[in-house]
Amino acid sequence: MELGSNSDHSKSTFCLVDEDHTLANSVRFTLNQDPRVTFCGYSIPHPSFNRVNIRVQTTGDPASEVLKDGCLELMLMCKHIRSSFDDALTEFKRSKTN
Amino acid sequence: MNLLVSSSKERERSTTRMSEEDESMAEQSDNGLGLDFILSLDDVPSKLPPHLELFRTRVLCNNDAPIHTDTIHYSGAYGALGVDNSQQFDRFRENFKVEVKRLTDSDMEFDMIGIDPAIANAFRRILISEVPTMAIERVYIANNTSVVQDEVLSHRLGLIPIRVDPRLFEYPDTAGDDNNEKNTIVFRLHERCQVGQPRITVKSDKLKWLPNGSELPSEDVKPNTSSKPKTFTSFTCSQNSLPEFSSNSLDLTDSDIILAKLGPGQEIELEAHAVKGIGRTHAKWSPVATAWYRMLPEVVLLEDFEDEQAEQLVNKCEPNVFDIEDIGKGKRRATVARPRNCTLCRECIRGGKEWEDRISLRRVKHHFIFSIESTGALPPEVLFTEAVKILEDKCERVITEFS
Repeated sequence: MELGSNSDHSKSTFCLVDEDHTLANSVRFTLNQDPRVTFCGYSIPHPSFNRVNIRVQTTGDPASEVLKDGCLELMLMCKHIRSSFDDALTEFKRSKTN
Repeated sequence: MNLLVSSSKERERSTTRMSEEDESMAEQSDNGLGLDFILSLDDVPSKLPPHLELFRTRVLCNNDAPIHTDTIHYSGAYGALGVDNSQQFDRFRENFKVEVKRLTDSDMEFDMIGIDPAIANAFRRILISEVPTMAIERVYIANNTSVVQDEVLSHRLGLIPIRVDPRLFEYPDTAGDDNNEKNTIVFRLHERCQVGQPRITVKSDKLKWLPNGSELPSEDVKPNTSSKPKTFTSFTCSQNSLPEFSSNSLDLTDSDIILAKLGPGQEIELEAHAVKGIGRTHAKWSPVATAWYRMLPEVVLLEDFEDEQAEQLVNKCEPNVFDIEDIGKGKRRATVARPRNCTLCRECIRGGKEWEDRISLRRVKHHFIFSIESTGALPPEVLFTEAVKILEDKCERVITEFS
């Protein structure tokens, strides 16, 4: 769910249900490194509710697009981590058998 | 430092002037006098000065407290210095490295280099609480005359790790109680201590897998009907006949977990149903005993430690980080031989200024020594791959939600 204004799409708060620090902190990390982002932070309004609010303010681009790009960046990182992990694993197994 | 500040201020001034005079800037860049030219000047730094680079990449562990513990995320953090701090995926790909250090059936240790704590912590959190496994969730007790209460026995059963690939199963159907061969594993336990015999210990190897599902009737058996009574599961076929199980059999990881002790005449008869779940719901579904990481320790001797002092230093260090080498002429010097052993006990920098100022204990912020201890459902390397996939799925969910 996105909470923002109709006239200015560059500032929005995104409410993610069933998520916690795991995703929110990772996304905050990728978003803060995006030069289009002027502010990004997240909060968990109450520990009993399983949702997080992510606030994104940009220099002009729609906040939802920037958030999606941040997630995409994180996905690419994950894919790369997985492939390098698999490579390191085969390398390790090969060195063990030799 | 003063020089540095003044030069960055100058640069700021020059950039504002340029934004005011866009046209002249265009002209300037045509003549090779634009921003590129300014950045190529010798007194404009292209990378961070050494002391800032140290604070950016290292935690300094001083005698009183560690400092520079945070990581700097903001893309424009060093903008005034002309250094770009934005993350480029290409740069990440160049710098990121994994090195496996140890790998056994149940645990592994590997180095993840060039990654932010936010991501490393996400993997740790997912490993502990979101990678699914199978665990006993429902226990139908037909008879329990042992001293262990039903609820305590059930809890103990729940914590037994089951060696089965959870990817072969579906999550239980929350709407109805349709327990079929795709979401339930049934175990049966029937132990009895005969009167006059010594006490017996019931261990987890007494749990027998029932591939055909539950055998306990779920309702009163009518005496005159010949049809089979309804049970607590509705399997359409035996799990034995499924191709997934013909290759890898289903088992408990440990056969010697004590469940209860039976005195003469006592008996336990029960059926335990295992379902798929995640550690966030209950710790019994957590696939790891522990998953943790630490930053790579770095020990730097700022001044030489020679002869007696070198020996003092080696003796001070319990984890055995330092070694002594001969440097000729009968002189000996301390060296940092095994920095990975450093537990950050800080014993070496205790004992006054003379020690504190000569040794620098640091942690490398983007180098993680990651350890995973599996409970046995999946090997540790598979667990990590699954955790990364789960983070990917989370991102994908957000992307689809806001498109």
